Amino acid sequence: MSATFLGTPAFPTAARTALADTQLRRNLAHATGTIRAKRAAVVGEVDEWERLRRAGAALKDRTLRHLDTYLAQLEESLTRAGATVHWARDAAEANRIVVDIARGHGTDEVVKVKSMATQEIGLNEALEAAGIHAWETDLAELIVQLGEDLPSHILVPAIHRNRSEVREIFLREMGRYGRPAPPDLTDTPAELAAAARAHLREKFLRAKVAVSGANFAVAETGTLAVVESEGNGRMCLTLPEVLVSVVGIEKLVPTWADLDVFLQLLPRSSTGERMNPYTSMWSGVTPADGPQEVHVVLLDNGRTDVLADEVGRQALRCIRCSACLNVCPVYERTGGHSYGSVYPGPIGAILTPMLRGVGHDTQLDSLPYASSLCGACFEVCPVRIDIPEVLVHLRTKVVDAHRGEPKVQNLAMKAASWAFADARRTAAAERISGAVGKVLRGTKRRAPGGRGVLGALPGPAAAWSDARDVPVPAAESFRAWWARTDGGRTERQDEDGGAQ
Amino acid sequence: MPVGLLVTCMNDALFPETGRAVVTLLRRLGVDVDFPAAQTCCGQPMVNTGYLDEAVPLLRRHLDAFAGYEAVVVPSGSCAGSVRHQHRMVAERSGDPGLVRAVEQAPPAYELSEYLVDVLGVVDVGAYFPHRVTYHPTCHSLRMLGVGDRPTRLLEAVRGLRLVALPAAAECCGFGGTFAVKNSDTSIAMGADKARHVRESGAEVLVAGDNSCLTHIGGLLSRERSGVRVMHLAEVLAATEPVIEQPPREADRRSVGSAVDTAALAGGAP
Repeated sequence: MSATFLGTPAFPTAARTALADTQLRRNLAHATGTIRAKRAAVVGEVDEWERLRRAGAALKDRTLRHLDTYLAQLEESLTRAGATVHWARDAAEANRIVVDIARGHGTDEVVKVKSMATQEIGLNEALEAAGIHAWETDLAELIVQLGEDLPSHILVPAIHRNRSEVREIFLREMGRYGRPAPPDLTDTPAELAAAARAHLREKFLRAKVAVSGANFAVAETGTLAVVESEGNGRMCLTLPEVLVSVVGIEKLVPTWADLDVFLQLLPRSSTGERMNPYTSMWSGVTPADGPQEVHVVLLDNGRTDVLADEVGRQALRCIRCSACLNVCPVYERTGGHSYGSVYPGPIGAILTPMLRGVGHDTQLDSLPYASSLCGACFEVCPVRIDIPEVLVHLRTKVVDAHRGEPKVQNLAMKAASWAFADARRTAAAERISGAVGKVLRGTKRRAPGGRGVLGALPGPAAAWSDARDVPVPAAESFRAWWARTDGGRTERQDEDGGAQ
Repeated sequence: MPVGLLVTCMNDALFPETGRAVVTLLRRLGVDVDFPAAQTCCGQPMVNTGYLDEAVPLLRRHLDAFAGYEAVVVPSGSCAGSVRHQHRMVAERSGDPGLVRAVEQAPPAYELSEYLVDVLGVVDVGAYFPHRVTYHPTCHSLRMLGVGDRPTRLLEAVRGLRLVALPAAAECCGFGGTFAVKNSDTSIAMGADKARHVRESGAEVLVAGDNSCLTHIGGLLSRERSGVRVMHLAEVLAATEPVIEQPPREADRRSVGSAVDTAALAGGAP
């Protein structure tokens, strides 16, 4: 019961399919619009928001600069608190560690707290291959898992589904994996939540092993923190005997006090709440309270490569709030699946290619181009990741990896660079476009205001002109006009004035 | 010392009327404006597509062309943004410390509305444009440069102009340079929503500070036969009230008028 992003085509192709899905477009526009408005309202309440953002960015930057020190400190404080620390270089190592722990307890199932790190490493698939069921317990993750679907959002992985689709999935699938949904289930949110609650509760009470991620890991105290809305995470974190947490090494904060900043930034940015309903924190093992065996898997999986990139490393500040997804006009229309990655949207467009390497895969290389560079993501990012800057930086890396190849774009850019390196060449090119403009001056199609336009054109121009009229080039360039009229000084003002 | 007009490559070849409007407008406001003929393109299309090496000769050309000017005025938010925020990156890429220094010493670049409001200190530029207008704040003007309400303050001061609100104004139109063709389906989906909002505004003219975005939105509006015109901010601000010449034979008209009056009286009207 799992699907995979493997085989997703490059972004433009994947997006075309998504754009044709009217239900998806409607669901996404509604959901992102609602959450955008909520976020804007609660962020607007905080006078010192900009200072908080800068503090969050500065704290993360300092942590990343001294990551080696803080990681060693975290290992020490976790161990002192009774946790077992594991180091995983990549997904395979991390998965093996978790599978071995589950096997060691002779169990064939684990309950899972919603976690991006375990999605990233494909833990559910690895567990399944080892004969261990991984039950997602976050409501939206449950919807995705039952529907043999893929997550399409960091915070709300089933954002592409509406409630009637959720009802159908529950009715069809729940019975295959445990307690079925009541046959008279309607699509009211309360009934859907009640069905999920009943389905999950037997798993919470039965499971011996739980797997989580962590939103934050405090080096000073060895404390992990999970921030959530439903309380299902809290059930996993407190009921089973064994708890394994897979934590990316960038999740560190140096001190307990630093959480002050992030627990203000995260809920307002992600769910648009002043504070999230459930914040669970634990430091190793507490005797006779909660899990008595606690493991922490510290995961690299490409993060040190990102850290080595001076421009790109700011992406490691990310606290996975998904504000950038909700505000992104591309994401709003294409949805998350088009990105072919567990990290979709603007942050996914920079993080995924950096974690997995640029220049060797067409799909990954298409992601930095999946943006109009409008900058809305940077504006809302609670830790001030300049996503457009990183996108352009990654585009440079993609181009550099394919320099010298006889690609149309390489040749076109070289030609444009040559023509624009010298004003005489530019003027010559403009004389050609001016000649075209003269020939087409009599075109019948006119845009409002009288400008001649062309309709759909064949060949490579179709990408533009299939849906957009093309303005006929000016018969005389500005440069030529300036030279002919001495900057307008010798031109009679009443001929055609400034505006056409 | 004159200010240099960076007309932008797109305006140069496709929209010279925008460049001429800037000249008309600035001269009317008493500015000595010059067009350094050595200019070509700021390099933004290359930088945003990832071709930094290809942007280096363009940067050199730009810096040479504008050296010695008091300021650079640009009728484009995205080109102004490129000059202010990307040129340093291109210079660093070149590995030439002299080029980095030249970027640091380059004259300040202002987007048109910034130059008018901040440098000249004018909001009422003496324009007349008796139409119902809506304004699209292009992304780089809004978020990269932060021009804020300068363009709308300028528009509100135009005589005869009625400025109407554009729904979801701050959302990107979907142009995005090469994005418009590399991801044309997504670009068009974004543009279709923008065009719908323009129509909902009830405006007859859509105004923006970037002809690139206007070509995209305008291309959609024109394909839809929407009847909405797109115009660059500079062209609206350059427009003035036409001098309506007095009818040629004033004496004759007066006599006709009095004849009518006489006739009315003769008819014994009430």
